[in-house]
Amino acid sequence: MFFLDHIWLIPLFPAFGAAMMFFFGRRLQKATVNAICVGAVVVAFLFACFTVVEYTHFAHGTGRPLEKIVYTWLGGNGHLNFLKKDGTTASFNADAGFLLDPLSSIWLLFVTGVGMLIHIYSVGYMAHEGGYYRFFGYMNLFMFSMLTLILANNYMLLFVGWEGVGLCSYLLIGFYFHRKSATDAANKAFIVNRIGDAGFILGALTLSWYLGSFRFTDINALAHSGHFAIGDPVLTIAALLLFVGACGKSAQLPLYVWLPDAMEGPTPVSALIHAATMVTAGVYMVARSNAVFVLAPTAMKTVAIIGALTAVFAASIGLVQNDIKRVLAYSTVSQLGYMFLALGVGAFAAGVFHVFTHAFFKALLFLGAGSVIHAMSGEQDMRNMGDLRGRIPTTYKTMLIATLAIAGIPPLAGFFSKDEILWQAYRSAYGSFPYLWLIGFGTALMTAFYMARLIFLTFYGQPRMSHEVEHHIHESPKSMTGPLVVLAIGSVCAGWLGVPASLGGTNAFGKFLEPVFAQETAASVAPTAPQEPAGEEHRGLEWMLMVLSVVAAVVGGGWAYGYYANAGKGYTEPIAVQAPPLYTALYNKWFVDEAYDYAFTGRRKIGDVRLGAMGAGEASSWFDAKIIDGAVNDVGWVTRAVATLSKWWDKWIIDGPLVNGPAILCRFPLSPIARLFEWGLVQWYALVMVAGLLGFGVYYVWK
Amino acid sequence: MVPITTLHYLVVAAALFVLGVIGVLIRRNVVIVLMSIELILNAVNLNLVAFSRMWGNLHGQLFAIFIVVDAAAEAAVGLGILIAFFRNKETVNVDEIDLLKW
Amino acid sequence: MNLAMNSALNSTINSGMAPVATPWFFYVLAGVAVISGVLVITRRNAVHAALALIVTLLAVTGLYLMLYAPFVAGVQIIVYAGGIMVLFLFVIMLVNIDRSSKERRFNRIWAVGLGAACALLALFVFAFTKGKALFPDRGMPLAEGSNTQEIAKMLYGEAGRMGQYTFAFEIASLLLLVAILGAVIMTKKKI
Repeated sequence: MFFLDHIWLIPLFPAFGAAMMFFFGRRLQKATVNAICVGAVVVAFLFACFTVVEYTHFAHGTGRPLEKIVYTWLGGNGHLNFLKKDGTTASFNADAGFLLDPLSSIWLLFVTGVGMLIHIYSVGYMAHEGGYYRFFGYMNLFMFSMLTLILANNYMLLFVGWEGVGLCSYLLIGFYFHRKSATDAANKAFIVNRIGDAGFILGALTLSWYLGSFRFTDINALAHSGHFAIGDPVLTIAALLLFVGACGKSAQLPLYVWLPDAMEGPTPVSALIHAATMVTAGVYMVARSNAVFVLAPTAMKTVAIIGALTAVFAASIGLVQNDIKRVLAYSTVSQLGYMFLALGVGAFAAGVFHVFTHAFFKALLFLGAGSVIHAMSGEQDMRNMGDLRGRIPTTYKTMLIATLAIAGIPPLAGFFSKDEILWQAYRSAYGSFPYLWLIGFGTALMTAFYMARLIFLTFYGQPRMSHEVEHHIHESPKSMTGPLVVLAIGSVCAGWLGVPASLGGTNAFGKFLEPVFAQETAASVAPTAPQEPAGEEHRGLEWMLMVLSVVAAVVGGGWAYGYYANAGKGYTEPIAVQAPPLYTALYNKWFVDEAYDYAFTGRRKIGDVRLGAMGAGEASSWFDAKIIDGAVNDVGWVTRAVATLSKWWDKWIIDGPLVNGPAILCRFPLSPIARLFEWGLVQWYALVMVAGLLGFGVYYVWK
Repeated sequence: MVPITTLHYLVVAAALFVLGVIGVLIRRNVVIVLMSIELILNAVNLNLVAFSRMWGNLHGQLFAIFIVVDAAAEAAVGLGILIAFFRNKETVNVDEIDLLKW
Repeated sequence: MNLAMNSALNSTINSGMAPVATPWFFYVLAGVAVISGVLVITRRNAVHAALALIVTLLAVTGLYLMLYAPFVAGVQIIVYAGGIMVLFLFVIMLVNIDRSSKERRFNRIWAVGLGAACALLALFVFAFTKGKALFPDRGMPLAEGSNTQEIAKMLYGEAGRMGQYTFAFEIASLLLLVAILGAVIMTKKKI
């Protein structure tokens, strides 16, 4: 029980590393920085492994949560009370408490594991960059925040981690702060995230106002208690607000715009924060609040629709992007959409499974892209690559594995998780959504296409880079290829944890998570695990869908092969040839940024009118100038009139006889006399003394 | 020839005294003002010594000696003030030392 | 000895003052003192004024000797002419004498000051003429040879007893010490 009792140490290891970097980083050697920061994450990973092993013994397959409250950092002394919706008073109570259950242990393992690999990779990748200690300090701070987020046992502490990862994301996107585009991207990420954060905190407060607690275990117990009807309006609002938060953090449709721009940060950051861990925080939070969401079917539908739309929308943009990291960024948004689709249709375990597998192959893709960029001396544009497969073989092989995984080729990881989601969308515990399945299917086709396009443009075809760059191409150092290989193994094997029953597997992953998502009451539609309706009679259908999605992946890849396998200089994009307007729209990301500029930020005018933030600024400026200042000016005019009158009175009455009168009196007859005695000249005083002497003399002589 | 009496000395002392007073009152140069004060003190000393002779005891002379001590102290302090003042105002003129009225 | 001295003194009293010098001597010394006093307050150059003051002091010293006060005369020469005046000369050299020697000598109220001084002189003259009876026309005998010893007895006491002025003397030394310290502290640029 040592590790379970000391679970609070896990976030503190990277916090220690970050603090060391903050206070002493500037003076430390790179080797010392490596030892402290990478060491802290390695220790955290090992500690997390032992903790989870101990937890499985502790839970014995029941999945009972382990809650450990270290202390109460906000409220809890009885003085901080608030009125609940039903009129009773509840005590505001935010603990520094840690909750370990199957859900958080999965996140704990892959966050520390992938985080450790990316830290090791960064040692090689950042070796020639300035601000080495700063980078690792921020990375460790990120690990600390993320672990706090995962292990929190209540919404308040989760919010601390939530804001912490947002801050680290801001700092790391803006790591190359001398580049304006980087700082702009950092600001964009931070501001867009704030919209989501506002939704999240409002949702959490609504929940506690309604239920009286921030603690997940309390909220789950209350939600399961049967006091609340399905479709309860307050719970629906709370769930929707929480989902707004998830949209911000996990880059869902209205708020996804920051994630592609976030690729301005260093590539390991993109891999760790903007692909594998932080952006799944929204998924984690929704999965964590599953008891509430289940009671709000409207919110569930919203989540599913938003997720599906995001998946297809981002995938369509990814089809034509040329920046290797941007393709991956849109791919990430798209995959996150898949996860939310799964959550929305009630397949929580499937969504979490996809998060798990996605962490491996997407981190691998990003790190591979980083390796490619490293080899290409910083070039990110795929139009200037080509024919790299023989020159950086390890990178090529590992990236190929990841591409196959994400495209959904069996038996790699992506196949199992993605097909689970598609199957659940088609026929889940909460109903059947064929349209959502269709959207997901189309997305799968596009995913295969754009990933194959990425591989062919990068590693096949003819070399299109400049001669000088070509000369410098080299395989990355061991510290970079090592994590690639480990992640590639993960991308192959991670899926085997969740082989569905229809393929003869046991879906150990789903079983492990089952207690978290079990809805014990009669309130929910389907009382047991999502696998239940997928019985024998549907097995044929399930196999058919699997075959269909594999075919889609192969067809997508094949198309891309046809177009790009032999791309030379000046190759043409098929979409640009066949549908130029569509290509323009896709290439410009459906003009979403421009639309936001018109509608919300107001950076662009429509005619003479600005809308959005700047428009509000202009409107309030006009209001201020005309209405407020007008009123102020009118009041000012009255004041001036009064002042003129008062001035006249003051000048002629007060100043005249009352003030100046005595003054004149003083000045003319009195002051010269008084001045005689206070001239300020020593000799005048001496003269007065002589006069006094004379006076005494005369007095004595005449007496 | 009229014999020299105490009154003669007193007249000389009075003359020196009035000269000292004139110097104190009208000279602008502080150094000369201080010298005029020495003149005044000398006039007083002359009076005291003359009265000592008149009364036939030494008390007047002792007073004169004490006044010499006093004059030395006064000259030291006065000239010290003068130097400190000159350093600040770059002048030794009494009528430019008019800050006392503030 | 005493008898002889007394008779000599009596004869001196009877024959008026100034047994050691003629009245001419007095007039010359008085004239020198007054004229150089006038020079002190009229010279434009402060160095000249100081020299004139020294002449005045020496003349007054002569008058002290005529009054049977050799010790005071010695003190006058040593302390005044030798000490204080040297101090004055040093200060004159320290301050910028050129500038003030080119400016007006007298201040703007010089007429008033002169008038007041003349009134004072008139008062003195009036007092001396009216109160002539207050100053008896006599000179008490003073021992010239033992003058210094007598003064020492009064200042320091004799035969183990404190003199009449011992305490005042000590206070005067303290005064000098304070004056020296004050002058040093005031003149130092940085303490």
